[in-house]
Amino acid sequence: MLVQAFIYLAAAALAVPVAKRLGLGSVLGYLLAGAALGPSVLNLAGSAAELGHFAEFGVVMLLFLVGLELRLSELWAMRARLLGLGGLQVVVTAGLLAALGLAADVAWPAATAGGVILALSSTAIIIQTLQEKRLMGTPGGQATFSILLFQALAIIPILALWPLLGGGGGAGEAGHGAAAAGRPGWQVALGYLGGLAAIIAAGRFLIRPLFRAIARTGLRELFTVAALLVVVGIAAITEAVGLSAALGTFIGGVLLADSEYRHELVADIEPFKGLLLGLFFITVGASLDMPLIAREPVAILALLGAMVLVKSGVLLALGRLFRLGWDQTLLLALVLIVGDEFAFVLISLSRAQGVLGAEQAGLLTATVALSMALTPLLFLAYERIVVPRLIAARAPAKAADEIDPAAVRDHEVIIAGFGRVGHVVGRMLRAHGRTATVLDLDSDYIELIRKLGFKVFYGDATRLDLLHAAGAAHAKIFVVAIDQPAQSLALVETLQKHFPHLTLLVRAEGRVHAYELQKRGVKFFYREMLGSALDLGEATLRQLGHGAHEAHRAARAFRRHDEEAVRALAEHWEDDDVYFSEARKSIEAFEKMFEDDRATPPSDPAWAPAAPEDRSRG
Amino acid sequence: MSVLLQFVHPVARKSRANRALLDAARAVQGVTVNDLYELYPDFHIDVAREQALLEAHAVVVFQHPFYWYSAPALLKEWQDLVLAAGFAYGPGGTRLRGKTLGSALTTGGAAEAYSPTGHNRYPIRALLAPFDQTAHLCGMRYAEPFVVHAAPRLSDAALAEEGARYADWLRALAAGAPV
Repeated sequence: MLVQAFIYLAAAALAVPVAKRLGLGSVLGYLLAGAALGPSVLNLAGSAAELGHFAEFGVVMLLFLVGLELRLSELWAMRARLLGLGGLQVVVTAGLLAALGLAADVAWPAATAGGVILALSSTAIIIQTLQEKRLMGTPGGQATFSILLFQALAIIPILALWPLLGGGGGAGEAGHGAAAAGRPGWQVALGYLGGLAAIIAAGRFLIRPLFRAIARTGLRELFTVAALLVVVGIAAITEAVGLSAALGTFIGGVLLADSEYRHELVADIEPFKGLLLGLFFITVGASLDMPLIAREPVAILALLGAMVLVKSGVLLALGRLFRLGWDQTLLLALVLIVGDEFAFVLISLSRAQGVLGAEQAGLLTATVALSMALTPLLFLAYERIVVPRLIAARAPAKAADEIDPAAVRDHEVIIAGFGRVGHVVGRMLRAHGRTATVLDLDSDYIELIRKLGFKVFYGDATRLDLLHAAGAAHAKIFVVAIDQPAQSLALVETLQKHFPHLTLLVRAEGRVHAYELQKRGVKFFYREMLGSALDLGEATLRQLGHGAHEAHRAARAFRRHDEEAVRALAEHWEDDDVYFSEARKSIEAFEKMFEDDRATPPSDPAWAPAAPEDRSRG
Repeated sequence: MSVLLQFVHPVARKSRANRALLDAARAVQGVTVNDLYELYPDFHIDVAREQALLEAHAVVVFQHPFYWYSAPALLKEWQDLVLAAGFAYGPGGTRLRGKTLGSALTTGGAAEAYSPTGHNRYPIRALLAPFDQTAHLCGMRYAEPFVVHAAPRLSDAALAEEGARYADWLRALAAGAPV
C-alpha cells in the first residue's frame, strides 16, 4: 500500500510539472503519469481498478465544489443565456454525435451515452486557460462560461436519467447507486426524486445549524472534519436511496452556495479534491488500453475528428446565432472542444451499467484524453492565427465610421481607445474645452458611450486611412490608450512612420510593454496599474498611522524612483541575469532611502528638527 | 469665543514640541484643531470648507515651526487660496473683520538669537511682520505671538510646562483678552 502510494505520488510529482512546463495543463500530466504506470508501459499501477473506487471520491468532491460556485440567485439572473446557449450546445451536439454513432451501427444507448460524453467540456481546463490568457471578460469568454455553467447544471438530469439508458439494469459501482440495481427505470427515477427532496431538506435544516454550532467552538480542524462529514454524509445517504453520490453532493453544494460558510467549505475541501482528483486522473490514465489504441488508431482519430467537427460546428452556429463577432465565435468554438473530466465518470458509469462495451469505453476514454492534449494546441492556433487575422479582418465585418475631415480639423488631440483609461483623458480634455477625436474598436461600447453624449468613431486605429481621416496629419498629440500591447505597439509604429510630428502619449500595460515602447523611442508612457497601486500603498501607510503628507510623499518618491528604474532597466531587460541583478539593486536602493528614516531618532533630512548644535535655521 | 487652531507641520511625528503643544491645545474647551497636512497631503485645499471654518470661529491661530523665519509651505498655499479677495480683503472682503489672529511658533534657535546681536539679527516680532500685516489687511487683530524657543533641546518636563503655558494663552484668546 505504501509502496503504491509512493509510486503514484512520485509519478504525479514528475509528470505534472513537465506537462505544465510544456503548456499542457495538469490534467494531462496526471493522465500521462497514469498511462506510464499502466500495464502496457511500466506496469507499476497495481490494482488500478481498486484504487479507482477510492479515487472517484475526488470527482464527488469536485462536483460538490462546482455546486458551491453556483448561486441559485445568479443562475436565475442569466437563465435566458444559460438555457439558450448552453441548452442548445449540449442537446444539439449530443444529438448530432449520437446520430453519427447510430449511422455507424452503434446501439442507441451506447450512441446516446457517447454523444453526451463527448458533448461536455472541461470546466477546470477551460476556466484556468481563459484566466491565464485574460479572455474571461471577453464576450466569447462570458458565453463560454454560460455554456460551462449549463453543463454543470445538466449533470443533475444526466446522472438522474443515465440508468434509463441501461434499462435500469447493470451492476452498480461504488459511488454510483448500487441500490438502483435490478429495478425498472421509472421506479429508479421516482426513487431519485424522493432522494433529491431529502437532500434539499437536509441542506436547509441540518447542515447550516451544524456549521453554526461548530463555528462557535472556534476549532479550525473541527471545521475540516465537518466539511468532510457533510460531503461523505451526503454521498452515503444518496447512495443508500439509490442515487449517485456525485449528484447528491453537487446538489448539496448548490444548496450551500448561498451560506455564510461557503468560503470555509471551499478552502477545506479543495486540497482533498485536488489530491483525489489527481489520483482519479492517474487511474484513468493507467486504465487507458494501450494495445487497443495501437490497434484502432483510425477509430480513435475518427471519433476525435467527429468530436472536434461537430462540437466546433455547433458552437460556430450558436456564436453567430447569439450575435457574437467572428473572433469571439471562433474563441467559443475552439475553447469548448476539449472533453470533460466528468466524461471519465460517465464512461465508467456506463461500463458498470453495461451501456458501453469494454472496447467502446476504451475508445471514448482515449478520445477524451486526446482532446485534452489538443487544447493547448487549439489555444495556440487561436492566438497565432485567429487573433492576428481577425484584427485585420474585423473592419470589413463592420465598416469604419465615416469621419468628416472638416469636423475634426481643429482637434489637436486624437485618442485611440476610449475604455477605462481613454475616457478619463477624454473627459478631462472636454472639461477644459479641448475636444478630441476619439477612435474605438468596440462597437457595443461605442453605442453606450454615445448615449452619454460622447462622439466616438468606430474603427481600427492601426489603419492608415482611418488615421488620415481622423486628422492625424493636423493633430499635435496622439493618446494611445488601447489595452492590447500588441495593437498599441503596432499603432505606435504606424504613427512614427507616417506622422512623425505627433507627440505620442501611450498607456502601457506593464513593465514589458513599457520596455517595448522605450525601444521604439516613446518617451511618454504611463503604466496603467501604477497609479492605483501607489494610491493603495499610500492608503495602507495612512491606516498604519503614518501622517497623510508623509504617506503622500512616500508614494511620490516611489513613483519617481520607479519611473527612473523602468527607464534605466529598459536596456537590460532582454538579458535575464543582468536584468534581475540590476532590478534587485534598484529595489535595495529605494528601501535604503527610507531605512535611515525608520531609525530613531529619524534622520531623513526632510523637516528634521535642527540638530542641537545647529542653530542656523529658524 | 471659539478658536480655530490651524496646525501646520508636514511630519508631526518628528516634532516633540509641536505634538506636546497640540496635545495641550486639544484639552482646551472651544478649540477646533484643523491639521492642514493631514487634510491636504497633496496641497489640494478645499477652499469652501476652510472659509466656512474661518467664519464659524472668532479666533484663528496658526501653530507651526518657524521654518525659514516663516511657516511650512502648506500654510502659504492656504493663505494664497483661502484668504481670497472678496472674502478676506478688497471690495466686499469683510468676512474676517473683527476676528483675532494669533501665531504659535516653535523655533530651533534660543530666544537670545532673535536680537540685533544674535545670529538671527531680528526680534521674532519683527520677523512676523507679514502675518501682522495679513491680519491687518483682513481687519483682524494680531495677538501677541506664543513662542517656544530652542524646542528640540527642551526636556519632557520643560515641554509639559510650555504646554500648560500654551493652554493658558489659548484660553486668554478665547476669552477675548486684550491683545
